[in-house]
Amino acid sequence: MEWDWNFVWEIMPTLIQGVKITILATLLGSVLAAIVGLGIALARRSPNRTLSRTVGFLAEFIRGTPLLVQLYFIFYVLPDIGILLPPLVAGVIGLGLHYGTYTAEVYRAGIDNVPRGQWEAAKACNLSARQTWTHIIIPQAIPPMIPALANYFIAMFKETPLLSAITVLELMNQAKSVANTYYRYIEPITLVGAFFLVISLFSVVLLRWLERRYGKIER
Amino acid sequence: MTQWSGYFGLILQGALVTIELTLMGSVLALFMAFLAGMGRLSRFFVLRALATAYIEFFRGTSIFVQLFWAYFVLPFIGISLTPLQAGVLALGLNVGAYAAEVVRGAIQSIGREQYEACIALNLGRWQGMRHIILPQALLVMLPTFGNNAIELLKATAVVSLISLTDLTFQAQVVRAQTGNTLVPFSTILILYFILALLISWGVRSLERRMARGLDGVRA
Repeated sequence: MEWDWNFVWEIMPTLIQGVKITILATLLGSVLAAIVGLGIALARRSPNRTLSRTVGFLAEFIRGTPLLVQLYFIFYVLPDIGILLPPLVAGVIGLGLHYGTYTAEVYRAGIDNVPRGQWEAAKACNLSARQTWTHIIIPQAIPPMIPALANYFIAMFKETPLLSAITVLELMNQAKSVANTYYRYIEPITLVGAFFLVISLFSVVLLRWLERRYGKIER
Repeated sequence: MTQWSGYFGLILQGALVTIELTLMGSVLALFMAFLAGMGRLSRFFVLRALATAYIEFFRGTSIFVQLFWAYFVLPFIGISLTPLQAGVLALGLNVGAYAAEVVRGAIQSIGREQYEACIALNLGRWQGMRHIILPQALLVMLPTFGNNAIELLKATAVVSLISLTDLTFQAQVVRAQTGNTLVPFSTILILYFILALLISWGVRSLERRMARGLDGVRA
């Protein structure tokens, strides 16, 4: 079967609809992952052993199981206990939780990398715990984390096609429905691949810039 | 009350498929990792360019898109793959690209003096690699290979979408037949987690074995 440019232009508007949802899901998922990751990182540092152990185990569990199954779990199991989520919301929660366990490690490394002297200086200046975090630790811990966080957000972006399995109409799902309608797979699936490749090549450039700007962090 | 034993057999069959895929995918990934990882360090520009193109392509597009491409697009250009072949191919090539960077990093992490010692002992490029560099680099690669293998295990869930009867697929079957969602999805989440624990335990004990007698040698 030949590559048909006319067909490509015909399906382009549908695919662009999907691109919008893909980008929306990535952005919302990133915000959620950043928040969830911070929560996990802080909970694991908590002096309360039960809390830190439980959260640690849960994070380990989420990281050791496939995102696809977690999405199914959120989408199919939660309605049984009365929580009915629209597909996109379920997908964003899945992405955010899954990648939150990864970003938690970035936060952990970032916070651990703040030298001990800074904590001691904060104590010597009689700052409260809250003041220490907001004025001393976080401002120093965040910049080196940025490249590593961006790395995970790009990884998340590449996982968004999984959302098609729970009927989110993102790029992959649009491509599949186009392919099934016309029974032509070459153009839609290849275009999806090309789209992801182009975006990730650009994001490599962005990452290099972020690394130069904010310095690198051990991952 | 649903008859769970029969369904549990179904899930176990799925687990076997998942394990089979993980093993075969890992073998292909390992092969590709060394091929592309060493290719990136080659003296010849063509080999370096090929290896870089392979790595960037497979890391830049998502595993899901690659799998669909292998399964739906390749038949149109005359290559028909069974779901299992397509799954192993996509998983192996994708994870191989990530692992290739691990191979490259590990080889480059070996100190300059080791290379100089190889030259001093009049070892050829290949001899030095085989007897001096690789045995040391392998130990550096191992922990990250373990993580890559877990990523591969998690990625196998995606093959359920091209009708391969793995754990996730069987869970969907059980869901469709019983209407129960909590039991099948919880079961497979736990099974995936156990498999991931097995991999990390296996890699750790392998690492201990290989590190035996190297205490004090390694920096």
